[in-house]
Amino acid sequence: MINVRNVTKRYGDTSVVNDVSLEIKLGKITSFIGPNGAGKSTLLSMMSRLAAIDEGEVVIEGKNLAQWNTKELARKLSVLKQTNQISIRLTVEDLVAYGRFPYSQGRLKAEDRKFIEEAITYMELGPFRGKYLDHLSGGQRQRAFIAMVIAQNTDYIFLDEPLNNLDMKHSVQIMRVLRRMVDDLGKTIVLVIHDINFASCYSDYIVALREGAIVSQGTTEEMIDTRVLKEIYDMTIPVETVGGQKICVYFS
Amino acid sequence: MKLKISAVSLKFIVLIAAATSLIAIFMVIQSGGSWDYILPRRGKKIIAIVLTGTCIAYSTAIFQTLTNNRILTPSIMGLDSLYMLFQTSAVFAFGSTNLSFLNKNLNFAISILLMSGFAFLLHQFLFRKEGRNIYFLLLVGLILGTLFQSLSSFMEVLIDPNEYLILQGKMFASFNNVNTDLLMIAIAAIAIVTLYAQRFNKYLDVLALGRDHAVNLGIDYPYVVKRLLLIVMALVSISTALVGPIMFLGLLVVNLAHQVFGTHRHKVLIWGAILISVVALVGGQLIVERVFTFATTVSVIINFAGGVYFIFLLLKENKS
Repeated sequence: MINVRNVTKRYGDTSVVNDVSLEIKLGKITSFIGPNGAGKSTLLSMMSRLAAIDEGEVVIEGKNLAQWNTKELARKLSVLKQTNQISIRLTVEDLVAYGRFPYSQGRLKAEDRKFIEEAITYMELGPFRGKYLDHLSGGQRQRAFIAMVIAQNTDYIFLDEPLNNLDMKHSVQIMRVLRRMVDDLGKTIVLVIHDINFASCYSDYIVALREGAIVSQGTTEEMIDTRVLKEIYDMTIPVETVGGQKICVYFS
Repeated sequence: MKLKISAVSLKFIVLIAAATSLIAIFMVIQSGGSWDYILPRRGKKIIAIVLTGTCIAYSTAIFQTLTNNRILTPSIMGLDSLYMLFQTSAVFAFGSTNLSFLNKNLNFAISILLMSGFAFLLHQFLFRKEGRNIYFLLLVGLILGTLFQSLSSFMEVLIDPNEYLILQGKMFASFNNVNTDLLMIAIAAIAIVTLYAQRFNKYLDVLALGRDHAVNLGIDYPYVVKRLLLIVMALVSISTALVGPIMFLGLLVVNLAHQVFGTHRHKVLIWGAILISVVALVGGQLIVERVFTFATTVSVIINFAGGVYFIFLLLKENKS
């Protein structure tokens, strides 16, 4: 379980995340939604130790984030940011193999190879495994990075805009994989996501942020609602039920 | 996979063969039969060359990984400018004939102390406060380095032209008269630093992915970066104090190693870069001694060859 208690992040005088507290439920997909600049990514970065916390604390399984041993934490929690520029030339397979570093410390064992294979198959990267990342399309590259996180095999997985650069087919594919990881393997996944319809169709809980604070949070059922969405986005968004799924029609 | 491994080993075999045969040629060429005199003298040069080559290649490879930048060398931190400032001030204040300046051991000791003191201060000052990153350190190093350089050139224009000629000899790395005592000290120091560095070697590959990925993969990023920077600074200080500034070599050999081995694995890259730098330095020294009969220095040769190589790289990249 992850508890976020009164965390604040400031850049200069402006606070990007202001006194946010929340609890991430185990074995569920939680999505952070909200307009640009709401502080979603910053909050996710603080929860995954990529950004320093100015005030407050993040507690993972009863232990403060700062007190975790870095190596142990890397076997517990993995994070993938929105932009993944890498300055070295790597093949897909090399990249995925890096996901095993917390376990192998650079010396891959048979078990590590097994996880690498699984991750590559999961993300359907077999045909590209020997290709260099800079020769891949944005979507293929994104999938390779997600495969690396899968190979890391952590209980908690934090993804910042995992659908960035992906077409519909691969977006759906990735969301399905995430859903399966939660349902079959009991992972806990936290996403920052822009498309509220993906949030609606695939997540269990939704946390809405605006101007660095939580506007509302709850189950997907409660959150995908015209009145709630109005508060978050300042837009009147009709919600229709199509094929048993709530779809927000925000185009007009 | 099998084939790829043997390709790497083949390249290593070629490099090792090139390095050893160059060293062999260097040792025996035009000996005139007086082996007792020639072998120890040349051996000393070779040891100095191997030490310097190792320091420069290793430190540049680490530094480029830390900064995620393949066109930087550690000289951006201003250590070699400080070295030159000290040499210039010494000549300026005491004159080149003064004995204390000519005493190589003292010069070496003071240079090392100054550079490591500077490195330590820079390091402390920068990392004491949370949130300051390595680029800030580079910026401060760059500015201070420029200041040191300007101070040096100010003194250089004031001193006697004859004194300046002597000083000029210090501006370029030279293996021609390396002191045996200093060599022993340098060997010991480099051995200690590289031994200490071994524990961080496995992190280098991951650090090359950038900060966020490295943190995600469980590296205690601030700690590892601080330690590696200290290691880089120590290696640079030792090699600069031993033979003089020759940082451009690092840029050259690490990029050549990337080019030759086409890998991201630091184990291969670092060993490759070390071998290439030994080949370059011994080859350069041979040319200096046998072709130019000491009319130039090895850094001039290296800079010339390196410059040509980089222009070639630029043109080639431009075409593709």
